Amino acid sequence: MAKQLFNQPSPLETMVLSKRFALEGSETLDVYLKNDGFKAFLKAKEMTPEAIIDEVKASALRGRGGAGFPTGLKWSFVPRTSPKPRVIVVNADESEPGTCKDRLLIEYDPHQMIEGILIAGLAVDAHVGYVYIRGEYRYLIEKMDRAIAEAYSKGYLGNNVAGTGWKFDLYTHSGAGAYECGEETALLDSLEGKRGIPRMKPPFPAVAGAWGLPTLLNNVETFSAIPPIIRDGGAAFAALGTPKNGGTRLVCISGHVNKPGVYELPLGFPMMKAIDEVAGGIPGGRKLKAVVPGGSSCPILTASECDIPMDYDTLAKIGSMLGSGGMVVLDETTDMVRFALRIMRFYQHESCGWCIPCREGTTWLRKILQRFYEGHGRREDISLLGELSKNMLGRTFCALGDAAAMPTISIVEKFTEDFERYLARETVAV
Amino acid sequence: MAELVKLNINGREIQAEKGALLIEVARQNGIEVPAFCYHEDYTLQAACRMCLVEIEKTPKLQVGCTTPVAEGMVVHTESDVVKKARKGTLEFLLTNHPLDCPVCDKGGECELQDMVFRYGAGESRFVERKHHVDEKQWSPVVFFDAPRCILCYRCVRACNEGMGVGALGIGNRGVISEIVPNQGDHLECDECGACIDICPVGALTSGSYRYQTRPWEMDHVGTICTHCADGCKTTLGVRVDKIVRGNNRDRSGINNEFLCVKGRYAFDFVEHPERLQSPMLKTAKGHEPISWSKAISLIANKFGETVLAGGKFGVVGSNHTTNEENFFLAKFAREGLGTKNIDHHRTGDLATFFDALSGKPDSLASSGDLYNVKAVLVVGSDLAQQHPFLSFQIRANFRHHNAHVYAVTSGPVREDNQAIASVRVQKGGELAGVESQRDKLKAEVNLVIVFGDAIQGDALRKLVAFGDSLGIPVKYVCLVDYSNSRGAFDMGVLPRDGGLSREQVLAAADLDVLWVVGANPLKNAALASKKAFVVVQDLFLSETAQQADIVLPAASAYEKSGTVTNVCGEVQKLKAAAKVMGTKTDLEIFGLLAKEMGLNLGIWLPDKVFEEIRKTVHGYNVPLPIVATGGAAPTMPLNGRVAALPGSIASANDTLFTSGSLSKYSNVLNAVMESPGKLYGGEGK
Amino acid sequence: MTFSPQLEEIFAKMLQQYPEGRTRSAVVPMLIYAQDEVGSVNRELIEEVARRCKVTPLQVDEVVGYYSMLHRKPMGKYHVQVCTNISCLLVGGEELYESAKKKLGIGHKQVTADGQFSLEEVECMGACSWAPAVEINYDFHHFVTPEKLNQLIDSLKRAQ
Ligand SMILES: Cc1cc2nc3c(=O)[nH]c(=O)nc-3n(C[C@H](O)[C@H](O)[C@H](O)COP(=O)(O)O)c2cc1C
Ligand code: SF4
Ligand code: FES
Repeated sequence: MAKQLFNQPSPLETMVLSKRFALEGSETLDVYLKNDGFKAFLKAKEMTPEAIIDEVKASALRGRGGAGFPTGLKWSFVPRTSPKPRVIVVNADESEPGTCKDRLLIEYDPHQMIEGILIAGLAVDAHVGYVYIRGEYRYLIEKMDRAIAEAYSKGYLGNNVAGTGWKFDLYTHSGAGAYECGEETALLDSLEGKRGIPRMKPPFPAVAGAWGLPTLLNNVETFSAIPPIIRDGGAAFAALGTPKNGGTRLVCISGHVNKPGVYELPLGFPMMKAIDEVAGGIPGGRKLKAVVPGGSSCPILTASECDIPMDYDTLAKIGSMLGSGGMVVLDETTDMVRFALRIMRFYQHESCGWCIPCREGTTWLRKILQRFYEGHGRREDISLLGELSKNMLGRTFCALGDAAAMPTISIVEKFTEDFERYLARETVAV
Repeated sequence: MAELVKLNINGREIQAEKGALLIEVARQNGIEVPAFCYHEDYTLQAACRMCLVEIEKTPKLQVGCTTPVAEGMVVHTESDVVKKARKGTLEFLLTNHPLDCPVCDKGGECELQDMVFRYGAGESRFVERKHHVDEKQWSPVVFFDAPRCILCYRCVRACNEGMGVGALGIGNRGVISEIVPNQGDHLECDECGACIDICPVGALTSGSYRYQTRPWEMDHVGTICTHCADGCKTTLGVRVDKIVRGNNRDRSGINNEFLCVKGRYAFDFVEHPERLQSPMLKTAKGHEPISWSKAISLIANKFGETVLAGGKFGVVGSNHTTNEENFFLAKFAREGLGTKNIDHHRTGDLATFFDALSGKPDSLASSGDLYNVKAVLVVGSDLAQQHPFLSFQIRANFRHHNAHVYAVTSGPVREDNQAIASVRVQKGGELAGVESQRDKLKAEVNLVIVFGDAIQGDALRKLVAFGDSLGIPVKYVCLVDYSNSRGAFDMGVLPRDGGLSREQVLAAADLDVLWVVGANPLKNAALASKKAFVVVQDLFLSETAQQADIVLPAASAYEKSGTVTNVCGEVQKLKAAAKVMGTKTDLEIFGLLAKEMGLNLGIWLPDKVFEEIRKTVHGYNVPLPIVATGGAAPTMPLNGRVAALPGSIASANDTLFTSGSLSKYSNVLNAVMESPGKLYGGEGK
Repeated sequence: MTFSPQLEEIFAKMLQQYPEGRTRSAVVPMLIYAQDEVGSVNRELIEEVARRCKVTPLQVDEVVGYYSMLHRKPMGKYHVQVCTNISCLLVGGEELYESAKKKLGIGHKQVTADGQFSLEEVECMGACSWAPAVEINYDFHHFVTPEKLNQLIDSLKRAQ
């Protein structure tokens, strides 16, 4: 009897990172070792740091945390020979609305991520790592702690990793409820015991990150992709996806679909196929209205824009992003005013408050949307929503301000009729 | 010499040091880039986003406050995009900012008001309800009105980085973020009020100034604080002869924006109801008011008779009065009364100090040196308590130049936070502590040694010998207390050439006249002579004044002109800010007395006396324009041998919240003293 | 302040895992673990954490106000957190939250009179594909309907 997973896999998936998920005891080191575990590390141990980084570059892996920065390039920025020790930080803050994949990677295959971290350690000559996990995921912190303890006890962490004489220590660190702490520099401040306020860049974390030390920071999924890349070669991973968009990624499909779930799909997978076939289509035969392609920060797509392959470049071309892999499907019944309001409530709640445009902009926008939703909208509010969002865009300290502005601009522009309808409704009510 | 780059701002070719901040480069070239959070003394925040500028070839607007200039940069600070962004930011800012400018203390000198005036966003598109929180009082002197706060974090940095106190932080998150005090609902701190003055808007207001007046209804009188020897410039806001606030927001003077609680608030003694406003004669019924002319003639007669009879005078001068007054008093005593028995409460061993420095003309450290020198050694003093400005200078030096700080003290001091070496010694063990740092100090480029009253006499000579032996340039600050101790010494209010010291005068059973000017020697001592005629000039009926035959009401430093010399030997000018009915300055009193006695001691106008000082007092031939324009003119140390003086030397041991006898009459100091808090571990009282 | 031996053990480990002299790093995790045991972050706890992590109480206080999981007032024994963010919203998250309000008779961040339950409308908690989601203390519940939540609450009540 197969184990109970969060959702049933789809036959359309390409399971690379998730290939062990369904195995009984997949979270244990034994099962991991029996299923290709630590082959990549031992291989990497024989490689030079440059060669490891080249392999990652060849994989065309791009960061899975949201920004999509080429991972190999990021690794090459870390000054390997700096007299200061280097630190590895795993971003397991997973807070982008629509995203729920890192959880599975830690829950079902923590050792894959550990192995990825260790390989990164070899690549940048780091000997310590911290997994920053959001506070709400306490059960996951406990699972991670157990995996780490097991790795220590069996010699896959500590002073003699896999018998190679190489040393690496890994720890978990709990957040306490703050979306902004997913932003890499705010995360570092949080890791240092402070309020999660983003830092000025430069210096970039690669040069001066946690405690001022050179820091390599990646998402859980990014690290988890490393063992297959090293094991089977960067080129093989790259080949799964499209050019410059290597490999597979865990797509979290949620909203109005029959089979919501997290599915591992190659980059460039057709979006409509993901909705209709992987996720079983829209319930009740209703029509598609819109798709949030990669978490709430991404500009929304209308149904007519969704006939595209899901890769970074295609989405950039149509003015959106692949983001964190959180794909939210909206059917024709969705009220876009309500949807926009909920998004803005989130950003207003999560704005760290550091800079004026984000702090005040999200608040103002939320208030307008709230009023609109309660039936007191004015015609001029529609353009005001767009203008205020644009006054935030590109002017805030960190990308949270953009993340709040972008979806709003797109919703107001692409779904103006929904707002018009509210105005009409009010006329009737009077 | 730093590398230069060429860039272009608003069409102008500009040369600047590579890596300098764009906002600074623009400002130095007369191009104003608006900013709230940027403050040149403190860490960068890039939070307000007011300073956004357009840089060609960069896709987004960039913040001028953190962008370093680079070769070939083409910058626009007034393009349409930039102006629109500024206006947008102001519009955001105003959404939650109450528009209560008409009743706000800051109205008229508010940076937000100015910016809205200049860059627009006056008319609002905001029709929602504003976020409201009630105003809070955090201490007797600090009030906080959260909705007015624009979260520029200047106050937090001023407290943390500038003062080294860290009493302010940020609470909550997002739009409800607010500045919070260290004790949850109140402050436990230096009560310096730096946070209030650095606030660009009216979010932080002062307990003593709030709702008193509008800024444009005040005269602003820049004078020198009368509380400690550091000599900070304080700009007194005066409305109809009443001082309503003190600050140094114009950043003139040696102290820039710095002021401690005393400089900023403790001007209130001026108005204390117990201020003496009429001369008084002791009668069987106690002290009774008499006219000035009667008082002057009574004193002149008594002084004249005593001179004729060859009687014994004792004169105790002040370390609060001006150089001119001290000079005139010394002359009065020596030439007019024919006595050498003149002294003041000496708080540092300046005689030995100058003697030990004989032949070393460059060895007096200025207050500016403390900010620029590579290494500072603090010996036997809690500077943050007793010399708040010097302590501030050292912190600023550490912050901006990474100065090496050494502290050799008997207890923990704030300098420990910056120190590369903190040496704890028993009182008396200071020299040994200093000696223990010899090797490290030898390796320094240059050094300033700041030392308290524990180092006197022989120890002081040894300290200077130690400095000599290091083989690096060493300068010194001999700490003294009160606003013009240095002046009293330099002007010769001293028992030179065999005169009696203060203690000796008080102990002389055959004393005929005791003349006390602005001092309180009988506070903790008895007068041995039963027959002595006692004359006291003071602001209040002090313990000494209570025993006087005649008491004359004197004007305070905030009510007179003249000069004072601070702990570092810098001469600065006092400017009269207020007037208290019935009082006269000590100088005028001396002049009237001299006239009444028929003595010719010269004209008693401050400027004339100062001219004489410049001609006759060693080291005081300072450039007049510097002093006249409110600058600080360094004096030279006496450069020949200085004879030893009789009498004792002891620090007043004031704290941040005390100021000799004066603090008794400052309501503000008494109010904050009630809660000196843990920070001062019982030392506050 | 004293904590359970288990917690002390966790704290001891925490304080060791950061680089030398970086005990401040333990502030956030220490607060959240301690809150679970103490019930809320009160002044005493702030001072205790400050002492252990070698920072000022103000530095801890600043952190407490920032993180939404840290509470200055005790929450219920069962802290019911209902997500209404977009993925949950689309499949009934708000309705679920409304029904929870009714069931418990309390609103956002309120506690029932007996101190047993508290309610919070929370932001996305990483359960989007299994929405709507509820977290009670640290236990996730997926695909929750109002009926399921009512049953859950009833069973927790019975368990007392
Ligand atoms: C407001 C904000 C929130 C973010 N939240 C997360 C997050 O929860 N998890 C994550 O991995 N990255 C998040 N990111 C992206 C990170 O800043 C960073 O780009 C990423 O962790 C880098 O790892 P990667 O290169 O492997 O993607 C966030 C960014 C922003 C601006
Ligand atoms: S954009 Fe500004 S206020 Fe918003 S989260 Fe970033 S720094 Fe904080
Ligand atoms: S001055 Fe640059 S952001 Fe405030």
